[in-house]
Amino acid sequence: MFATLDQIFVLFKQWLVGLLPAGLQPVAGVLLCVVVIIGLFPGLFALTVLLERKGLARIQNRIGPNRAGPFGLLQPIADAIKSLTKEDIVPLSADGTVHFLAPLVLVVAVFMGFAVLPMGRNMVLVDMDASLLFFFAVGASTELSVFMAGWSSRNKYSLLGAMRAVAQMISYEVPLLMSSVAVVMMTGSLSLVKIVEAQNHYTWGLPHWYIFTPWGFAGFVMFAIAATAETNRSPFDLPEGESELVAGYFTEYSGFKFALFFLGEYLGMFSISGLGTTLFLGGWSAPFAFLGWVPSWIWFFGKLMLSICVFIWVRGTLPRLRQDQLMNFAWKFVLPMTLLNLFVAGLWRFLGDGWQRWVVCSAILVLAYVIVGRVEMRRQHVGPRSYRYAE
Amino acid sequence: MNIPFYLIAALTVLGGSAAVLLKNTVHCALALTIAFAGLAVLFLQLDAQFAGFAQILVYIGAVAILVVFAILLTRGSETPKDGVFSHTWLAGLAVAAAVFSVLGWAVLQSVPGLPYTPAAAPIVTVNDIGKALMGRYVLPLEIVAVLLTAALIGAVIVAMHEKEGTK
Amino acid sequence: MTGAATPLVGYLLVAALLFAIGLAGALTRRNAILVLIGIELMLNAANLNLIAFWRYGPHPEALTGMMFAIFSIAVAAAEAAVGLGLVISIHRHAKTTDLDQMNRMKG
Repeated sequence: MFATLDQIFVLFKQWLVGLLPAGLQPVAGVLLCVVVIIGLFPGLFALTVLLERKGLARIQNRIGPNRAGPFGLLQPIADAIKSLTKEDIVPLSADGTVHFLAPLVLVVAVFMGFAVLPMGRNMVLVDMDASLLFFFAVGASTELSVFMAGWSSRNKYSLLGAMRAVAQMISYEVPLLMSSVAVVMMTGSLSLVKIVEAQNHYTWGLPHWYIFTPWGFAGFVMFAIAATAETNRSPFDLPEGESELVAGYFTEYSGFKFALFFLGEYLGMFSISGLGTTLFLGGWSAPFAFLGWVPSWIWFFGKLMLSICVFIWVRGTLPRLRQDQLMNFAWKFVLPMTLLNLFVAGLWRFLGDGWQRWVVCSAILVLAYVIVGRVEMRRQHVGPRSYRYAE
Repeated sequence: MNIPFYLIAALTVLGGSAAVLLKNTVHCALALTIAFAGLAVLFLQLDAQFAGFAQILVYIGAVAILVVFAILLTRGSETPKDGVFSHTWLAGLAVAAAVFSVLGWAVLQSVPGLPYTPAAAPIVTVNDIGKALMGRYVLPLEIVAVLLTAALIGAVIVAMHEKEGTK
Repeated sequence: MTGAATPLVGYLLVAALLFAIGLAGALTRRNAILVLIGIELMLNAANLNLIAFWRYGPHPEALTGMMFAIFSIAVAAAEAAVGLGLVISIHRHAKTTDLDQMNRMKG
């Protein structure tokens, strides 16, 4: 019974595909999965936007949207109708083709990342050997679309926002990759399916998730910081800082294209949360052995929504960083810590199964955090900001 | 022969030609990324999955972004008035055409000797590549690591602002 | 994959064409950045040749051509970084990236 419920989507797909002639079946199977992904995540996006508006309103002691439908539940639909019917304005001096292509490139690249995320037992669209590499490769293409959007608008705010966004995404992509490499080192595979399977074991009813090891915890914290910066979320949302840049790289976008950028941003959040869940939080595996009967996809999407809630909470809590602080933080704190974390992961692997490795690895990481994070950061005097390249 | 290959090859060559022909420098850089993406798909067609993804990650994710950054930092996005081609463009074009004709001639001459069908698709896992990098190719790997470090330091020093008076 | 249906000649011709395009770009453009773009295209064409020969060669399991391509990708990235750094430095010094105007050895 529970096994059927766990595999219900897989069985449903097999039944549906089985109705077609044999020659079409492989193509139809892939198409069906693609349609489900393309339908599911925008639906989740609508839900998340409402959740975010409500959550932020609560944090700021407001009520939030409550007019459209009961408790404002129909607000996403109202927003969608509004953005679809608004006039699509392209600035006169804008570069038409590039301006048009930028949101498309963004959404396509972000959707491709979902293809390799295992969303449940046997629920992955493409199980390839280098799926983690694929994820980062398509993730890198989103930077280009951000640049295209900012440059083609011929607006100084757009261009500044795009330059900021690209510089920030490049800087934080390095720690993002490095913190994932530690997981790859321990699993011995770049395949996300294998990474989840390696974490799906239990000792005394507790799971072997990577976050419950010293290097995994440090790696997860670094990953979360880099992921927040990579998706341009607060406190790293300088590229769209309203007080300085109007709306950053999508200032000149309106109507449906603006909605596509909005969608792309949230989809990027979903995919990076899904990756973090897969790498450090055990993907679709249950948090306790006795809960193993609950369908695997519930765990995956539960963890995904939990990390989205953390994103919203962080956005409502922390103030925005300044550009030089952002860069200093990436290159002088996050990157050294992830490099050290690689070394610690290697130590963990070769110190054997004793309690010693817990002590040694934790000691190294805590010491490094105290030295790099506390002492070095405090020594920096806060003076007037200096410009090196933008004079 | 198959149609996907023709389509991707045409896209790659078109992207490459646009990258060297267009007037606007930023358009050139964007066309270059089309050529890079087409090449990555060609790599995937040749069963070189790892190389294809590495191509996307390094070229589209890093080199193309570097190029557009350099264009913006050098104010190169404005089209110069006196043409975008060098005054010796005819000689350059002749050299390129000569090189292509020699290469094409050599390839077409050796058609009978070339293997028509490839060996059975080798299953190359990332594990194999890692083992090869750490075993047979460990010395090149180390040299590349040193080279990358040197390039990183060199690029920073070259592009760093020279302050008046200090060093 | 579908690669097996295309003979090696197709890949070699595409690579030769790309190489020639890159060479033409490097030799005819005035902007230093576009010369670098041409050089990148040439490097990529060579990579395509390496991978095609690896796939069609007698010993694909030895990984020689693929390794060569991966190393070449790494070296090309280093080359691009240094080259663009040089272009930026020259622009700061001479206020131009036009190669036709850079004809003095003295700053």
